[in-house]
Amino acid sequence: MLNLDSYSVEDLLLKRRSLHRQLSAVEGLRELRVAVLGGSSTNELVNLLELHLLSSGFRPVFYTSEYGRFYEEAVHDVQALFDFKPEIIYLHTSYRNVENLPPLSCTEEDLPSYISAELKRYRAIWDSLERIANCQIIQNNFEMPPHALLGNMDAAASAGASRFYMLLNMAFAQEAAQRPRLFLQDVHGLSARIGLRHWFDWNRYWSYKLLLMPDANLELTRSLTSIIKAMFGRSSKVLVLDLDNTLWGGVIGDDGVDRIQIGRETAVAEAYTAFQEYCLSLRNRGILLAICSKNEDEIAKSGLNHPSSILKLEHFSCFKANWRPKHENIREIAEELSLGIDSFVFVDDNPAEREIVRSQVPAVAVPDVGSDVTRYAEIIERGRYFEPAALLREDLQRAELYASNSRRQTEQSRFATYGEYLDSLEMTAEIDRFKPVYLERIAQLTNKTNQFNLTTRRYTPSEISTVADDANHIGIYGKLGDRFGDNGLVSVVLGSVKASELHIDLWLMSCRVLKRDMETAMLDVLVARAKEKQLDSIVGYYFPTVKNGMVADHYEKLGFIPKSTYEIPGSSVWSLVIKDYQPRNRHIRILEPING
Amino acid sequence: MDDVFPEVQEIFRAVLDQPDLVLTRESSASTVDNWDSLAHVDIITAVQSRFKVRFALSDLDRMKNVGDLIDLTQKKLEMK
Repeated sequence: MLNLDSYSVEDLLLKRRSLHRQLSAVEGLRELRVAVLGGSSTNELVNLLELHLLSSGFRPVFYTSEYGRFYEEAVHDVQALFDFKPEIIYLHTSYRNVENLPPLSCTEEDLPSYISAELKRYRAIWDSLERIANCQIIQNNFEMPPHALLGNMDAAASAGASRFYMLLNMAFAQEAAQRPRLFLQDVHGLSARIGLRHWFDWNRYWSYKLLLMPDANLELTRSLTSIIKAMFGRSSKVLVLDLDNTLWGGVIGDDGVDRIQIGRETAVAEAYTAFQEYCLSLRNRGILLAICSKNEDEIAKSGLNHPSSILKLEHFSCFKANWRPKHENIREIAEELSLGIDSFVFVDDNPAEREIVRSQVPAVAVPDVGSDVTRYAEIIERGRYFEPAALLREDLQRAELYASNSRRQTEQSRFATYGEYLDSLEMTAEIDRFKPVYLERIAQLTNKTNQFNLTTRRYTPSEISTVADDANHIGIYGKLGDRFGDNGLVSVVLGSVKASELHIDLWLMSCRVLKRDMETAMLDVLVARAKEKQLDSIVGYYFPTVKNGMVADHYEKLGFIPKSTYEIPGSSVWSLVIKDYQPRNRHIRILEPING
Repeated sequence: MDDVFPEVQEIFRAVLDQPDLVLTRESSASTVDNWDSLAHVDIITAVQSRFKVRFALSDLDRMKNVGDLIDLTQKKLEMK
């Protein structure tokens, strides 16, 4: 796949048509319907966004509002947008689209009324969009105005425009916190990082109503692409790190553990400490860390035992220090963590190592971090690999989950039979119909589970919410806990009722609970629900992808009978008569559903 | 003219996706296929960044054909 990060915005715009041709020739792209409602001309932005979405595995189809008519097309003339059936709506407005800027005479008492008047317009837009389209809405907040008319007081006076935009941004953030489908794009932050002098393009604005510089549109595009990838579960999940001159200064094998640069004693040591702190903060919000270093295992580990090392061995979900090629180690890490290699980011100060990984496993993101530790974090940040779409409890606990997983693997070898091992885990499961609190997590799982996934159908939270309320669907989730900890919500099964049959549209499970008999427990509950609805049989489908080979025999193992092959090669249809079905789960204690 | 023309032609070819396009000084939006208002923005943006020049609003207003664009770019380059 073409990597657009190496192109300048000039090249992207100039070669747009030929890049478009190359990128859209790739097979297996997912169609994505994107509506862009703009307060200024959005052509350049849409052109750039199209290329970036193509190179991220999507085949975008766009709806764009007439110039400047974002409000009208969202609130009044909504038919065209409704008919388009968008999956993402992007509202791109700027400080120029604001209508209720306070006058210079504005008093402190009056100021809130200007904020609420402006907010009311946007609420009308969001309310209307939430009604007409069952999809995610991305709204940007506001950049600061190009001129501070009141100088420094512009940010403090009641009539100050800068202060007004800051307050409006706060109000937008509060709205976004309350509206699950409204995602706020932080243009305030983006424009500040680029600088407002490199943001607005007055020449092109007065000529063509293009408000932003090409570079600003590119920045906006990259940010949007990472948001959309995150919404579809395609953000990166694992940061693989080298050790020598990446996590500490010096070569531990040559210099010895006492001589590596880490801690507070020198400027260089402080810079490495800061980078370790950055990595730890990523881990704390759910990004897994792994080590891939050319070193003796024991010597490498002694570096993490250095009293000043922020990162300790327990922070890493996988640790590979050996003399084998790094791309092989990275492939192994992916297998051990049961995660797709396309969700990996590799950071190494050595350009030769970066190059071999890039060429041997192109799916791994390899930012050019250079060899200056002071810039590593900034360069990783600019790649926007780890953009989150929501901060879920599961994300915050993920690293611990994977840590207890490796403890479980150690225990496994001590038992005579596998069943004995499963019993020793003292597993408990909560299996129940979809509940509002889990809708986001369920949708997240449908988007990021690729291996244990029979149909690989993707759902948005709002689609999950719709089927949860529908009497013709049976949807159940499963949470699994054991004596090492809570694995969280790990399995989802969703079926639709057709006559006397339940057709399974979706059956997925997180790979961290593979071979725990959770699928049997899920089937027991599914059958019970189907019997409640007086159904006779359950029909399961397997649609093969490059990643889900492990579940090709899923239904066979559960005792389903092959029904027929499907029109897609390799796929299969299975059926289970449930009249005489007896519960089969032996190793997991099922907790009573709390809400019955 | 000699320096600027071939590069401007290359920009037109790339933006309009017509590798064999041949321009003359008289070529204009009405004689060149696909040279619509959107392509025009891309062409002007590309010329400005390729030659590192900025056109004034009044210059853009007066621009009628390829000859005008070449002359304007040439003039800006001489002023640098």
